[in-house]
Amino acid sequence: MTFLTDRLDAARAQGRAALIGYLPVGYPDVERSARAMVAMVEAGVDIVEVGVPYSDPVLDGATIQQAAEAALQRGVRVRDAFTAVKAVVDAGAPAVVMSYANPIFQYGVERFADDLVAAGGSGVILPDLTPDVAGEWLAAASARGLETIFLVAPSSTQERLHYTVAHTTGFVYAASLMGVTGERASVGAAAEQLVADTRAAGAERVCVGLGVTTGEHARMVGAYADGVIVGSALVRCLLEHEDEDDALAALRVKVAELADGVRSAR
Amino acid sequence: MTESLQAAPGPYFGDFGGRFVPEALVAALDELTDAYEKAKVDPEFERELTRLARDYTGRPSIVTEAPRFAAHAGGARIILKREDLNHTGSHKINNVLGQALLTKRLGKTRVIAETGAGQHGVASATAAALMGLECTVYMGEEDTRRQALNVARMKLLGATVVPVTSGSRTLKDAINETYRDWVANVETTNYLFGTAAGPHPFPAMVRDFQRVIGVEARAQMLERGGLPDAVIACVGGGSNAIGIFDAFLDDSDVRLIGCEAGGLGLESGHHAATIAGGARAGVLHGSRSFILQDADGQTIESTSISAGLDYPGVGPEHAFLADIGRAEYWAVTDAEAMEAFQLLCRTEGILPAIESSHALAGAIKLGRELGPEATILVSLSGRGDKDVETAARWFGMLPEEKA
Repeated sequence: MTFLTDRLDAARAQGRAALIGYLPVGYPDVERSARAMVAMVEAGVDIVEVGVPYSDPVLDGATIQQAAEAALQRGVRVRDAFTAVKAVVDAGAPAVVMSYANPIFQYGVERFADDLVAAGGSGVILPDLTPDVAGEWLAAASARGLETIFLVAPSSTQERLHYTVAHTTGFVYAASLMGVTGERASVGAAAEQLVADTRAAGAERVCVGLGVTTGEHARMVGAYADGVIVGSALVRCLLEHEDEDDALAALRVKVAELADGVRSAR
Repeated sequence: MTESLQAAPGPYFGDFGGRFVPEALVAALDELTDAYEKAKVDPEFERELTRLARDYTGRPSIVTEAPRFAAHAGGARIILKREDLNHTGSHKINNVLGQALLTKRLGKTRVIAETGAGQHGVASATAAALMGLECTVYMGEEDTRRQALNVARMKLLGATVVPVTSGSRTLKDAINETYRDWVANVETTNYLFGTAAGPHPFPAMVRDFQRVIGVEARAQMLERGGLPDAVIACVGGGSNAIGIFDAFLDDSDVRLIGCEAGGLGLESGHHAATIAGGARAGVLHGSRSFILQDADGQTIESTSISAGLDYPGVGPEHAFLADIGRAEYWAVTDAEAMEAFQLLCRTEGILPAIESSHALAGAIKLGRELGPEATILVSLSGRGDKDVETAARWFGMLPEEKA
């Protein structure tokens, strides 16, 4: 049991899915991104995904690309993720870092794991790494009690589902559709079946992300998943408002809408 | 050498290679690997590929001795492997015909490709037209400007060309965008990867489709008196280089030299010479290799006059060959490449691609080092028609442009 799984299980005990919100560190700057994450926690997000901006984000759509590119241009560093993690944890929520593989490799997996533990983080989500090639990280993470969250996709075979579930801790991240992050008019129809298949492959907790945009989406996904993951719809609140107060106000409204969604699902 | 280095199967080449991809693509890469493994041992596939190489591409490509050029290269004997004479004008066609045939075997109806200079995009559009496949090519917006003629060629061949406006707007970002398309459309779509990089099976598969260059060239050299002292090719991702190197890997007396794009010079920091520039290993676009990156693992944008070499990574087998010392990698600057470009035009009447001109510059340097006794085989990977505007601007042959 960790802070992360406790929080997921607490939501389950309340008869609802957890709400997981993503923002990249460093947009529009490190301090403001950390304050935005804290604002999400205050407005009803259960768990925060702290994104590490990367130069070649092959799984991200235009919204997150835009924020990440801007953050990189303004000089965000990998280490800034730990500043954001600490702010989230101090605000009372578990934090997981979502990072493409190369920034973690170049930071050094042991050092990354140490610094994540020191900041109070619960673990990592690895969008472009599968357990097949994550041995070094998995060893570092399990030695320190960090969770490692891998993704499954509608294209995952039964064999891959079992394999991925066996190597995942915390929760399994089920991609609702074949595609990149971004807001969409509807949640992929494949998501519910994928959650069921992932559970059948042995997963204790399965959270769904990609394309979840509205409170209605959160309600629909919350009916069958252990957690609802939202990214681009939250990032857009920051992209659309240059003024910090306006951005945080828009963010709180969006989080409240999503939090209502997960609370009316079952 | 006791064990053969030829036709290494992957996924790893020493510490390099592998498959670092999102789970969403694993099933498709497994399926592609499986289809390729079956095709490799299927005589029917081999027959069809050989027929296309002969009747469509125009293989075997000839070799041409370049004595007037060689006079400027220490008098060494210089022989050019003429991939520039292939249909579509470069070695890229060798690879796409193989991958397009595989696409048909997979039952997929659409292909996507990234392109830098446009040669791989043109080759992909060509193969798609030939085999009745839908084709979308992603090209950095910056490159669509540098290579406007190739954009038109792809469109004439029926392909959709998407200018990529993210990141540095060059080849690496075109690859990112092609990946994004693939993740979304993998059920109907096959990714025709253009170089011997990316996740397994691409590095080994693309090398296998290109190794015909070296197999032919080695036989052609033997007919002309013996193996060369050195084989030289340009290296971006490195598909023509690995294609010509492979057949010579076990000939330990043959030096193998890859010429990377030195851009404005290694010391300037503006180049694309991943290995020669001493880059660290990391993961980019699905495999572990040397990459231009900062301390945080963020990819550094590369610089080269040649769009086809303007890439911050390099194929993992090259990283391996550099690591074990079997091949050497040199940096050739924009200026050196353009000097060699002009020299070949004026001494031999052959207009080379700017990419290939990096290899020619390497041959000049090596020839001067080794002298008249040496024989050097150069991979002339492509022709320079697409580069006329860039070259004319470089040499000041265009009317004054408006500011």
